Amino acid sequence: MASVWSNIKVSSDCYILTVEGKYGGRMGQFYMVRGWRRDPLLPRPLSIYDLNEQGISFLYRVVGAGTERLAELKRGDHIELNGPLGNGFPEVDGHVALVGGGLGIAPLYLAARQLPRSTAYLGFSREAFAVEPFRVVCEEVVVKTGGSILDDIDLSGFDAVFACGPKAMLQALTDRAEESGTTLYVSVESRMACGVGACLVCSCPTIHGNRRVCVEGPVFAGGEVLWDEHDEL
Amino acid sequence: MNMTSCSIAGVMLRNPVIMASGTFGYGREYAAYYPLSELGGIATKGLTLHPRSGNPGVRVWETSSGMMNSVGLENPGVDAFISRELDWMLEQDTAVLVNLGGGTLEEYIEGAMRIDTACRERYRADGKLPVLLELNISCPNVKEGGMAFGIETEQARQVIRAVRAVTQLPLVVKLSPNARDIVEMACMCEAEGADAISLINTVLAMKIDILSRRSIFHQPYAGLSGPAIKPIALRMVHQTAKAVSIPVIGMGGITSAEDAIEFVMAGATAIQVGTWNFVNPRAGAELAAGIADWMQREGVASLDEIRGIV
Repeated sequence: MASVWSNIKVSSDCYILTVEGKYGGRMGQFYMVRGWRRDPLLPRPLSIYDLNEQGISFLYRVVGAGTERLAELKRGDHIELNGPLGNGFPEVDGHVALVGGGLGIAPLYLAARQLPRSTAYLGFSREAFAVEPFRVVCEEVVVKTGGSILDDIDLSGFDAVFACGPKAMLQALTDRAEESGTTLYVSVESRMACGVGACLVCSCPTIHGNRRVCVEGPVFAGGEVLWDEHDEL
Repeated sequence: MNMTSCSIAGVMLRNPVIMASGTFGYGREYAAYYPLSELGGIATKGLTLHPRSGNPGVRVWETSSGMMNSVGLENPGVDAFISRELDWMLEQDTAVLVNLGGGTLEEYIEGAMRIDTACRERYRADGKLPVLLELNISCPNVKEGGMAFGIETEQARQVIRAVRAVTQLPLVVKLSPNARDIVEMACMCEAEGADAISLINTVLAMKIDILSRRSIFHQPYAGLSGPAIKPIALRMVHQTAKAVSIPVIGMGGITSAEDAIEFVMAGATAIQVGTWNFVNPRAGAELAAGIADWMQREGVASLDEIRGIV
């Protein structure tokens, strides 16, 4: 059983939760997180926001019963973490564009820290949050509130793109990446139950057939995902 | 032989804890958390003769003390299971319940025959194989089949009689709580030569998105599981165990050794754990150990002492 180090509010409904201890994980992987005893039933899949020798952090938005409970956690409270899970972003060379929409910025900060060269494009519908840490580690950070962040990106200058955010954004980005011939990796979101590959509630339709977001994902090559058939995202 | 061991249709289980179909894959994912030999058995993900890609749309929704699923029997098909998973499972030193569903009578028969053949090819020197066929006539998430056979006793009879005729494997029939008459259904299974029954599968349930004014799920209904259904499951296990003399495998919302003991007291020979695996990936091993601890603490030497005591 781990304990909460801090749980800091970073916007009207988003928080960064830090848990003490030495945890493993690569950029784009996630943990199943549970900070309560019985209710709600299931743990919550949260991608790794940051990781170091002292602890692990998760950036999350309060959207329902589980994240409401998470937001109530205080320093010293017990929390259960199961992970790291999923495949994570691949190691790539060159200059990488990190494209995050809203809470989709969550898995990109660890990528920003680990990649030698990155430029972050962070789009928000109402209020920007957690953008300052990107400025420390990225070559350039473009923040946009309202409108589409994609309008500000020229993919041709990049060797690869890592993206996470709303389905419409990822789908549009997939088309753009195909046009410019840029390698695109997307981290997709899904409801999960087990988080380890057993229950198949997170199956994602891809060109190779169904793939489990929790094991074969959450990171897929942009062109792999059959966006139109994935009507949950 | 140890204090928690039990026998179902001649297959000896190390302990009464079986992982429920659909919640444990084929065991590989959980082998990272504990040795699967600590389990009494594993029921495979529900198989069908042909591969199925499952249901589109939302597949899981939480409720108070439970969850609904609408996975829709996504599985690689019987042949892929036999070639890719069966041998690995048999190496895990635990009993295997091969869970078979179907949309038509013919699919059930052909699926059962292929599983039977694969098992015959693998019989060990002593002529034994720790494999049982768990016939799923109760999946609520498949439009044309599955549970259609699990509601009416006479329709279920057709499936069980046909499958019984083509396999010598120990036959467990998994019953739906949505059956019109669960006791009648259980008695029919026994009369048709089933070696055991397992119950309950998920309870047919629903969630409406009031903004879109539609069901959350692509199929209108989904299957409710977890602690929310435990009282119903316990009652049905009690009712059926009183009515049949074949072993009853009880399941539905078990989260602790104490829950498992309740099911044994209601008459269950073994129990299955499903949804709780999602909450605690070590649930199976912890429950098995917890049952042994409870027996020691309470001075119960064998589960036979308390089975069906209520």
